[in-house]
Amino acid sequence: MSLDAHLLTLIVFLPLAGALLLLLVPSRSVVGVKWAGVFTSLLAFSLSVYLFVRFDGASAGMQFVERTPWIAALNADYALGVDGISLLLVVLTTFLTPLALIASWESIRERVKGFVFSMLLLETGILGVFLSLDMFLFYVFWESMLVPMYFVIGVWGGKDRIYAAVKFFLYTMAGSVLMLVAIIWLGVYAMQHSPAHKFTTDLLELYTIAPGIPFAVQTWMFLAFGVSFAVKVPVFPFHTWLPDAHVQAPTAGSVILAGVLLKMGTYGIVRFCLPLFPQATFHFLPWAALLAVVGIIYGALVSMVQTDVKKLVAYSSVSHLGFVVLGIFALTEEGLQGGILQMVNHGLSTGALFLLVGMIYDRRHTREISDFGGLARQMPVYAAFMMIVVLSSLGLPGLNGFVGEFMILLGSFKSPALGNIWFAVFAATGVILAAVYLLWMYQRVFFGKLENPANQSLKDLNAREVGVLLATVVFIVWIGVYPSTFLEKSGATSKSLIQFMTNARTGSVPGLAWTPAERRGAPDSGGEALK
Amino acid sequence: MYPVIGTVLLFPLVGFVVNGLLGSRLKSEKIVGWIGSGAVGLSFLAAVVTLLQMLSVPADLRAQTVNLFTWITAATGTEGSLNVSAALLVDQLSIVMVLVVTGVGFLIHVYSIGYMHVDRGFWRFFSYMNLFIFAMLVLVLADNFLLLFLGWEGVGLCSYLLIGFWYDRKFEKSTTSDAAKKAFIVNRIGDFGFLLGMFLVFTTFGTLKFVSVSRQAMAFAPADPRIFWITLLLFVGATGKSAQIPLHVWLPDAMAGPTPVSALIHAATMVTAGVYMVARTSVLYALSPATMTIVAIVGGATALLAATIGLVQNDIKKVLAYSTISQLGYMFVAVGVGAYAAGMFHLMTHAFFKAVLFLGAGAVIHGMHDEQDIQKMGGLKKYLPTTYWTFLVAALAISGIPPLSGFFSKDEILTKALFNGSTLLWLVGFLTAGLTAFYIFRLFCLIFEGKPRYSAEIHPHEAPPAMRIPLIILAFLSIGGGWVGIPAALGGGNWFGRWLEPVFQPAASVSLLVPDESRVIEHLLMGLTFLLAVGAIFGAYVLYIKREELVKSLRHRFAGPYKVLLNKYYVDEAYDAAVVTPIVKGSQKLLWKWFDVGIVDGAVNGVARLFWLFSNVTRRVQTGVAQSYAVVFMLGILFAIWWLVF
Repeated sequence: MSLDAHLLTLIVFLPLAGALLLLLVPSRSVVGVKWAGVFTSLLAFSLSVYLFVRFDGASAGMQFVERTPWIAALNADYALGVDGISLLLVVLTTFLTPLALIASWESIRERVKGFVFSMLLLETGILGVFLSLDMFLFYVFWESMLVPMYFVIGVWGGKDRIYAAVKFFLYTMAGSVLMLVAIIWLGVYAMQHSPAHKFTTDLLELYTIAPGIPFAVQTWMFLAFGVSFAVKVPVFPFHTWLPDAHVQAPTAGSVILAGVLLKMGTYGIVRFCLPLFPQATFHFLPWAALLAVVGIIYGALVSMVQTDVKKLVAYSSVSHLGFVVLGIFALTEEGLQGGILQMVNHGLSTGALFLLVGMIYDRRHTREISDFGGLARQMPVYAAFMMIVVLSSLGLPGLNGFVGEFMILLGSFKSPALGNIWFAVFAATGVILAAVYLLWMYQRVFFGKLENPANQSLKDLNAREVGVLLATVVFIVWIGVYPSTFLEKSGATSKSLIQFMTNARTGSVPGLAWTPAERRGAPDSGGEALK
Repeated sequence: MYPVIGTVLLFPLVGFVVNGLLGSRLKSEKIVGWIGSGAVGLSFLAAVVTLLQMLSVPADLRAQTVNLFTWITAATGTEGSLNVSAALLVDQLSIVMVLVVTGVGFLIHVYSIGYMHVDRGFWRFFSYMNLFIFAMLVLVLADNFLLLFLGWEGVGLCSYLLIGFWYDRKFEKSTTSDAAKKAFIVNRIGDFGFLLGMFLVFTTFGTLKFVSVSRQAMAFAPADPRIFWITLLLFVGATGKSAQIPLHVWLPDAMAGPTPVSALIHAATMVTAGVYMVARTSVLYALSPATMTIVAIVGGATALLAATIGLVQNDIKKVLAYSTISQLGYMFVAVGVGAYAAGMFHLMTHAFFKAVLFLGAGAVIHGMHDEQDIQKMGGLKKYLPTTYWTFLVAALAISGIPPLSGFFSKDEILTKALFNGSTLLWLVGFLTAGLTAFYIFRLFCLIFEGKPRYSAEIHPHEAPPAMRIPLIILAFLSIGGGWVGIPAALGGGNWFGRWLEPVFQPAASVSLLVPDESRVIEHLLMGLTFLLAVGAIFGAYVLYIKREELVKSLRHRFAGPYKVLLNKYYVDEAYDAAVVTPIVKGSQKLLWKWFDVGIVDGAVNGVARLFWLFSNVTRRVQTGVAQSYAVVFMLGILFAIWWLVF
């Protein structure tokens, strides 16, 4: 099937194509621009749903692989592929982008065309990051996504948007420069040690070569990648760009930033750090887990005392992403599966939280908690949605957040790699603290008497806003009640990665590499290996 | 095997969804109320059908698992990997709970139609109540720890929503929403323990299913440290949910919710979940004598201390709240000495008479136009006759007067406390029984007897039929509910105990307790407790009706202890000072302002500033003045020559 053969390219570049076509639409026709953006992103979403359905969860390897020589001098290919680790993030990205665009329908009034253009460009960049099978290609996407994000914050942001945008840009750049050096070093190492003696940035080939790198060098490599990912996540103490970026970014920017951009960091750890540098992973594992746990507790405590709702949500992300990092470094199936699912969960709940904060900001132009109180009476529908999302975020069983958190905590509790239960025990206190900061916020915003006169004429949500929130709530409940739909897709890949890591750790199968099979096109279309 | 058990869950869920989504548009209270009550009523009928089916099969075939769907799997096919189903365990124990929850729940729903009349959140109330019933049923029917935990936190959520139901009202010194938040967070602290317990169960047994865990546990040596920690951590969860020391502080505040909520959630059903959980995992507890001792001690201490606080409270619902905490303590004493069936028995009878007491209190509050202070009541007997009689019945039942239900269940617990536990434990229970009879009749006398102490503008009135009928039915249950468990010592067959025997048989078989029983003593104990209760009732009557001046002089003479009791031993204040304030202030001043903004971000901005300064210096190099370039150029050449030559 021809659609399947180029499905990933289509998904990645559809937003870019839409963005370019957008240039033909006159800027005056604001509604047309908006519709074009929404339409394009919805098309990308439907394609990714198709991908999700066609994806074979029972297979651990790369699927829908596309490969074309790209830069001959660097031996770099244009190579895309999807496996159980990236699939859910692709769907999440294409799901949140249209929501973010619809949510900014009213709030973005200046330079609408530029805004939609940037958002679509951003989507292509993010999707490319998740789907690249070549490290050079990956790096290009990784850096290219910075530019539109910089503009989204810097042009359509709040009062201190320039400071925040520059901080975001520099923080991330500082991290990724190291990564570029490491990628080049890897290519050179491959040239010296691979049978073909060619410089290569092919990820799947590096999977077979890199684990053989001497331990001392591995640790440096791990750090070069790890720090740039840690900044992105952000892992404590690299997190201080996040509150600024979030507070200044427009709603759509925050949704994408929290929803998917942060996951590029955790995704990178799973995709690169673990399988490429297993020995270094074991070496740094206690420290990574420690930073994760500190982040969980620290993020929650600092979140608790915020006076700005958006900052509160931003710090809560530090806490939630700490869970994801802990799950990954637990190196158990429960932990990794939970970590992957929790990336999606955080995208849904925190994305929805930012949408909700944006809705009240559109009405009142303030996010100070003390400006509110008693909104439940004036805006019951808004209050109800906020309650559901807050419950999802604090990990109430039956909603999505619990499934991920439970698997992560269980995975790290039983983890032989972590070696003791204390990481899980301390991380579990985050469950108490999440209830504290979220319910306290909820109480101060929604309960009590409606005393501030400025709030007395607030209008409840309109149909557009309800629609956007309903879309997220459907998945919040779905994942909470029947997570198998999603866990099935990531199961086989997680299992094979954990098996590889376990073997490498116990040394039972020395010299082994994580080489999941690679297949072109859909599962039933032959499945022959490319190489 | 039990085809209708699914509908037991389905009806309240549908009721929740329908009232939740459409309730605000259904303008009629009647429709909303009957959807809400009807859903629970149908659920009760389905439970009765299931009970009848259970009765028709032999005892050893009664326990069945009904699988619904796979809930969470980490990796299919890997041994020792997480694999949890949404499955129901229908057995003699869970069916008792289901019947109590749906039966009492239905009556309280009907009562609420009258109580919540003209409240603007009428539909929201019924929607939350149905959600509660659903979550509670999931809790009691779950076949594994994780699904139980879903119900466990689900009922906590409903409790939160319903305590803060009147979200814009004041409550005592703070607000209803403070009380709601406190309840949720204190419960979460308990749930933290429960979660860890669950993890330990999983790493120890590789499964979370009750049946498999119990079966494997039978092979464990007694006093295995893993079992000790599992049971202890699970019990931490129970202290949160069932308001035992040290996590009891949320329940008195929970009285901020509407009174039917207090009756259903904070007396009859949800708060007993901890007792149920211990009973459900009885094999594990039986294997850990150390935990059993802790459970019994915590239960006993809670029973006694809560009862002492109940002696002096002046809010009608506060007295009942402390009474509930105290009675829950009794149930933990029972399970703590291995008398699981006795604990369940008291759980059931308590659900009946405490529901009557709370609903009666609601009728009084309703009839007194929202007055809750018993100092401003008195002489209500003639205005609220039905409430008066039903309240009296329930007060006698909780005091342990035969042949009312409370007598049999309390007697069984006290007997077992002496036989399986210790004399001290029995003494604590015995004293508590006396205190209970005293405070409940103090309450009774101050409300219904004596002269009116309220202002002449208030005209008390009796409750409407929707409230009276559930009261009457529950009053009859408070009388006869105990007759299913008349002990052998009184010529009964303890049918209730035998019904549950198959569930607790494995625990009994691994238990190390050697009960020392003798019937003569049992009769003696019964007599003693009875005399004490009668004496306490008489004492209350004398103090609060006949010689009121004595109360004043007693209060004067024991001013110190009185103040301590009135302020609930200052536990809330201690928690605030020792835990809440340091954490909040520390996070604000130390973590956020000092560390996050000052140190971390300060370092980041400092580096940026350093670069800025540095480039400010280096910038001077590019002056654009050709002469200075030439000078540098010359210097460079000279340096190069110097370098090459030397």
